[in-house]
Amino acid sequence: MTPRRRQKLLIILGALALAGVAVGLTLYALRSNINLFFSPVQIAQGDAPIERTIRAGGMVKEGSVARDPQSLNVEFRITDYVDELAVAYNGILPDLFREGQGVVVVGKLAADGQFMADKVLARHDENYMPPEVAQALEEAGYSPADYQAKAAEVGERLRSQDK
Amino acid sequence: MWTFIHKWGSPKWFYAMSARVQPWCWAAALILIALGTVWGLAFAPADYQQGDSFRIIYVHVPAAFLAQSVFVSMAAASLVFMVWKIKVADMAATVMAPFGAVMTFVALFSGAVWGVPTWGTWWMWDARLTSMLILLFLFLGVIALRGAFTSRDGGSKAASVLAMVGVINIPIIKYSVDWWFTLHQSSTFSVTSRPAMPTEMWLPLLIMVLGFYCFFIALTLMRTRSEILRREINKRWVMDLAKEAR
Repeated sequence: MTPRRRQKLLIILGALALAGVAVGLTLYALRSNINLFFSPVQIAQGDAPIERTIRAGGMVKEGSVARDPQSLNVEFRITDYVDELAVAYNGILPDLFREGQGVVVVGKLAADGQFMADKVLARHDENYMPPEVAQALEEAGYSPADYQAKAAEVGERLRSQDK
Repeated sequence: MWTFIHKWGSPKWFYAMSARVQPWCWAAALILIALGTVWGLAFAPADYQQGDSFRIIYVHVPAAFLAQSVFVSMAAASLVFMVWKIKVADMAATVMAPFGAVMTFVALFSGAVWGVPTWGTWWMWDARLTSMLILLFLFLGVIALRGAFTSRDGGSKAASVLAMVGVINIPIIKYSVDWWFTLHQSSTFSVTSRPAMPTEMWLPLLIMVLGFYCFFIALTLMRTRSEILRREINKRWVMDLAKEAR
């Protein structure tokens, strides 16, 4: 490599590294805005604004879904395995909504800590399996949600971050 | 080794050699994509939660892989062009950009189609979706910038700089699902651990990904060849070639 080309290569790589650091710092500074939703931990700590449209996300807690038989009202709790958030919603839930499944809820946080959702989105995880496998897991005493216990790890990570 | 790589930098050598490699790439792409499509859409088992709508993965994931790989290849070609002044690299970068833009669009579109039944929305401004949209704009920007200059050399340099700087977006796309809370799920596949998916589901996907890569290589070779002819039209060897053909 001629000295000129070497110099050119170094200049380009140096400029790229600088640009990378600049973008990295910007994203780091904006991280709370880039996060799509607040987790129950952050809401419990009072990080989320009250009476403003926000998004919250977590797993639907097992056994927490209570449907009103007369209407479309439904109440459930979402959890990140550290804290929980009570959610009230009136409307049709997405097909993938179920206990132990991730969701993102859009709505307003009331002063008493209840979340009034206008919209519920199902959040799919990275695990795929055929129905027979899911059934076999269940028969063996694991629910597919246990198998996907990675969520618990995320909760752990959040807890250590906030300390 | 170096002389071998250097030879590919010559448009004439590239034109001659790519003619030999190209049919194999086309054949591999055709076979792999046909096999992967039939296997993935008809024979792979349905997902326990999403049912058949998960099958969009057989288009979505290869397209998203390719979108990012094409951008990295384009940036690498731009770097080679800027440092070593190898014209074939610039020609390759020129023809890669539209293909990358199409792949990015396919990934975004198939994701939106899948998002409606699965998430309940077709678009969400989360980090993964937004960074992928930025990738589409980067591709379009590279194409537009190249065309915006009256001199070809100026356009090539400007497009190369944008391509190289734009590479910063690639790790952001890759790690967006780990760094931030997103609606998009995190990656099912990683180099270090087993995929969170049984073999009968990921094998057709792997075949599709390989097929898409072969398609990309074949198409890039083909389009670079026509770009060589277009730019070298006044060169002796191209004229001889035209005479022979007549």
